[in-house]
Amino acid sequence: MMPELGKYAGAVLSSYGVTLGLLAGLVALSVWRYGRVKRALTEAEKRAGR
Amino acid sequence: MSLWEYANPKKFMETAARLLPVLAVLAAGALVTGLVWGFFFTPDDYKQGATVKILFIHVPAAMMAVNAWGMMLVASLIWLIRRHHVSALAAKAAAPIGMTFTLIALITGAFWGQPMWGTWWEWDPRLTSFLILFLFYLGYVALWEAVENPDTAADLTGLLCIVGSVFAGLSRYAVKFWNQGLHQDSTIMKVGEKDPLDVAYYVPLLICIAGFVLLFVALVLLRTVTEIRVRRLAVLQARERLA
Amino acid sequence: MIALLIRDLRLAMRAGGGFGLGLAFFLLVAVLVPLGVGPEGRVLAVIAPGILWVGALLACLLSLDRIFALDYEDGSLDLLATAPIPLEGVVAVKSLAHWLVTGLPLTLAAPVLAVLLHLPGAGFGWLVASLLLGTPALSVIGTFGAALTVGVKRGGLLLSLLVLPLYVPTLIFGAEVVKRGAAGMAVEVPLLLLGGITLGAAALLPFASALALRINLR
Repeated sequence: MMPELGKYAGAVLSSYGVTLGLLAGLVALSVWRYGRVKRALTEAEKRAGR
Repeated sequence: MSLWEYANPKKFMETAARLLPVLAVLAAGALVTGLVWGFFFTPDDYKQGATVKILFIHVPAAMMAVNAWGMMLVASLIWLIRRHHVSALAAKAAAPIGMTFTLIALITGAFWGQPMWGTWWEWDPRLTSFLILFLFYLGYVALWEAVENPDTAADLTGLLCIVGSVFAGLSRYAVKFWNQGLHQDSTIMKVGEKDPLDVAYYVPLLICIAGFVLLFVALVLLRTVTEIRVRRLAVLQARERLA
Repeated sequence: MIALLIRDLRLAMRAGGGFGLGLAFFLLVAVLVPLGVGPEGRVLAVIAPGILWVGALLACLLSLDRIFALDYEDGSLDLLATAPIPLEGVVAVKSLAHWLVTGLPLTLAAPVLAVLLHLPGAGFGWLVASLLLGTPALSVIGTFGAALTVGVKRGGLLLSLLVLPLYVPTLIFGAEVVKRGAAGMAVEVPLLLLGGITLGAAALLPFASALALRINLR
């Protein structure tokens, strides 16, 4: 299953690893902030609506 | 029905809410397909060996790093000319994404350069330009963080984006003048010319590019929605304090 | 406008105005680099153009936050903004004053420091010429950065972060002129490009700086 990367395995694998890590971090951070802000806003609107 | 209707935050939020799931699924699908195809099912290059697989992240990341700045420039111009808040917030939302893409292009470039050129870093025009682009992103994000009043921050960063674009272009030219490079030219547009990109790499690369574009759009929408809500939240909190 | 120029120059000359500060910093760079790199003349001669230009650039950076900060704090910037002369003119005069108290002295002091760094004889004329042509751009671009950050508390570091990437083209062409001049090569192309950047920046950036000031004073 794993392709033969030969002597360049380190370079290729770390490239993919770093990229996926950075992208996952960016997406996770964005989604987390999205959720947090959304919750805070719903609460504030509920309080304001009272 | 005109494009400017989306400048209305409410309309924008509704459309974004409908588009986001679709875009997210498409982005994930294209990225997974392209990267898996690129990683597992492409042959090694006769000169570059397995390192050619880095192409599938390096090239799309580099393209989107530049395009993200272009999108910020357009959004800044729209904000400064037509005063649509959504536009300013979209520019703000795009900056960290562009910065991440620039970083990815730089890091994968280093991993690629190490076995091919025998060095992690070379003061090559393309590499240097990207490092400078990274500095521009850094300054832009820092200015957004530093200015408290949101409208002032939007105006100032918009101005910086425009002036920065001019100087980024100048730097690109200056850096080329300063040093000829090791970096090969882009081969994407070379179909039909000599030394084209092999078809075996072409299709997965296009899928990866589509994936990065979709990911960028989806993230910009998500972050812009977040920024709009942050604004609304700030208004509500200010009102609560007054009451 | 001339009165404003004289006022700014006087303020800069007064104690705490930072008139000598840039020069002293420039001297320090020229002394510290050989201490770090080693005293070998050949090595120093190779890096001298770059060191002198980077030193001048950093020395310029040092006094940028003074361009507007004091006027902003004591409110005289508001007066200037509502004065009958256009704000663009005020900004241009401020840039000129900054250049007169930093760029010009740096240019005049550079040949002396070039001796310390073993710059080849052929490079001296080009060093002065390139600094004379390039440092005005540093002042004008720096004024734009200062105008952007005038409302930010403790904006010094932010100012450097914003301004330094904008300095890249000037630095590259300026150092290239000296490098080529010292090696006895033709310098017309980088010299013309350097002049082009300075003229372009001086013509257009005051408008951007004035706009940034108006935004900050709103």
